[in-house]
Amino acid sequence: MKIHEYQAKDLFRRSGIPVPAGSACRTAAEAAAAFTRLGQPLAVVKAQIHAGGRGKGGGVKLVRSATEAQAAAAGMLGRALVTPQTGPAGRVVKTVLVEAGSQVEHEYYVGLTVDRARAAPVLMVSVDGGMDIEEVARRSPERILREALDPEAGLRPWQARRLVYALHLPAGTLRAAQDLLARLVRLFLDEDCSLVEINPLVTIKDGALLALDGKVNFDDNALFRHPQNLVLRDLDEEDLREVQAAASGLSYIALDGNIGCLVNGAGLAMGTMDTIQLAGGQPANFLDVGGGASAAQVTAAFKIILSDPKVRAILVNIFGGIMKCDVIAEGIITAARETRLAVPLVVRLEGTNVERGRELLQQSGIEIITASTLADAAARAVEAARGVPA
Amino acid sequence: MSILVDRGTRLLTQGMTGSTGLFHTRQALEYGTKVVAGVTPGKGGTAELGVPVFDTVSEAVARTGANASVIYVPPPFAADAILEAAGAGLALVVCITEGIPVMDMLRVRRALLGSATRLVGPNCPGVITPGECKIGIMPGYIHKPGRVGVLSRSGTLTYEAVWQLTSLGLGQSTCVGIGGDPVNGTSFVDVLRLFQADPGTDAVVMIGEIGGSAEEEAAAYIRESMSKPVVGFIAGTTAPPGKRMGHAGAIISGGSGTAAEKIAALRAAGVVLADTPSGIGIAMARVLEKRGTVRA
Repeated sequence: MKIHEYQAKDLFRRSGIPVPAGSACRTAAEAAAAFTRLGQPLAVVKAQIHAGGRGKGGGVKLVRSATEAQAAAAGMLGRALVTPQTGPAGRVVKTVLVEAGSQVEHEYYVGLTVDRARAAPVLMVSVDGGMDIEEVARRSPERILREALDPEAGLRPWQARRLVYALHLPAGTLRAAQDLLARLVRLFLDEDCSLVEINPLVTIKDGALLALDGKVNFDDNALFRHPQNLVLRDLDEEDLREVQAAASGLSYIALDGNIGCLVNGAGLAMGTMDTIQLAGGQPANFLDVGGGASAAQVTAAFKIILSDPKVRAILVNIFGGIMKCDVIAEGIITAARETRLAVPLVVRLEGTNVERGRELLQQSGIEIITASTLADAAARAVEAARGVPA
Repeated sequence: MSILVDRGTRLLTQGMTGSTGLFHTRQALEYGTKVVAGVTPGKGGTAELGVPVFDTVSEAVARTGANASVIYVPPPFAADAILEAAGAGLALVVCITEGIPVMDMLRVRRALLGSATRLVGPNCPGVITPGECKIGIMPGYIHKPGRVGVLSRSGTLTYEAVWQLTSLGLGQSTCVGIGGDPVNGTSFVDVLRLFQADPGTDAVVMIGEIGGSAEEEAAAYIRESMSKPVVGFIAGTTAPPGKRMGHAGAIISGGSGTAAEKIAALRAAGVVLADTPSGIGIAMARVLEKRGTVRA
């Protein structure tokens, strides 16, 4: 689960990690008042969306008066902000962060994530702050320093020293930097984060450290033990169909193609998408109904797939193991009737009670293109989608 | 011959009295698996499906001689269940549970360092040696005893591959689902090493997917140390970056973990890759024919 920058900074502040003074505003008038409250000659107005590259899209503005703050906020709020990470539609800005400006001396990068290969949390720092860290990792990986952490012990003092000395921080900030890293690691471990990033962490004119940006992602699987973090979720930032699917116990991801897919199991769902592409088509979605889907879930899945206007054909690929094919067939028949299915439907069933399942589909009177293998099903779906005008 | 489980496996089920645990315990018993004990704290002294239930794993082991455990415990308690099984000295622990917090698994991995316990999973279909022992949620009837080893990060995709093998008359020595989570107990390399050493396995089907670097590590092992042929499939060629494709571990992040990278690494290691899941069985049949290996 992702959260906004202002929410991440609230967490930082509560963890004793220095952040600039500022407040989240939902109207232009609030932004003007926030500027006045800061009492500083310079402030930054930052659009709050769950995507990076905001500066490039005009989502970060320097302001020098309450009037300027108001105008900057008015220019962002309620409008779609397009950045290199949002896609062409952009994201509608509902909140801006009005924050005191800082006189930056140096920019650093600090990040925490889970290193899968080492099965450990890893703390990363770099002198190349303020840049796209993935770009740094590609071009000059030696400029990123890493420490693998013991999840029980957290950051050991020697590990903090190693990283801090390697950053060549000003002498006066060494202690504060070690303390900041230790607090950030605590936050990462205590709140079950999947990512914590400060990019950039800066030294300012008087030598103090400040987290100028903040990114925190939580492990979805651990949210049950952090109800206080669950309320930070912003559903408007998520794909509506993905949210609806999750509510029905389905895993759905929208894609750009026109063949809707309904599959049981994540690996088989990906394999089905790949097979469609190999057959010359493009999948409209990833959809995993799970291992034990009910007829009701299959119906819900059909409705979600059909809510995508791009869909020209549907491919159902079920390998019934624990889930029996006749039950799935009943779900398909109900769904086709309830949704008054108007696009071609290709069904490939295999597994437990497959004969009975195929019989039910045949007797239903619904027009169904059946296939015996996945490759055959994909080819038929691609062909069927071509025959339906957009 | 086989790996990990066989006729001598004496299974205990943690979380046996829940609906999932009970359902799959019944299936395992019907398949012929020796399920000797169930463990549910607070239900010790009772029995389900003719299997005695104990309060703790150590008591179940002491009383029944169980040597393997399968876990159907809900996610908040699953990590502790794994550690309890390891604490009781079980050689094999198979965790089916999906949705365990990553931090819990990091702690489990650390706690198991140097331990004699092998953890398979979590978030996996389980392990089966056809005709001998079925541990997990895979449908038993699609399997057939034989000499092809199968290992995979995915559930239904494994069933798909196994069903094709069986339909072509190619039986399996053992099928191992290592699970779809980013941090798990047993890697591809661990299982490949076991298959390479198993005299009952002639060839291996390995099914990977996007995310992480387990397939690349497997490719390095295959290139350097494996003499048995490997047929593979990697799911997720069409998956977009930054999106988690169902499994917590199936995500392309920071430009790494793509299907293209994995396919290139495996191909360079001599693995025969199927273009689609439909082609896995045929690809294995061709490889075995070329080698002149007798079908079984």
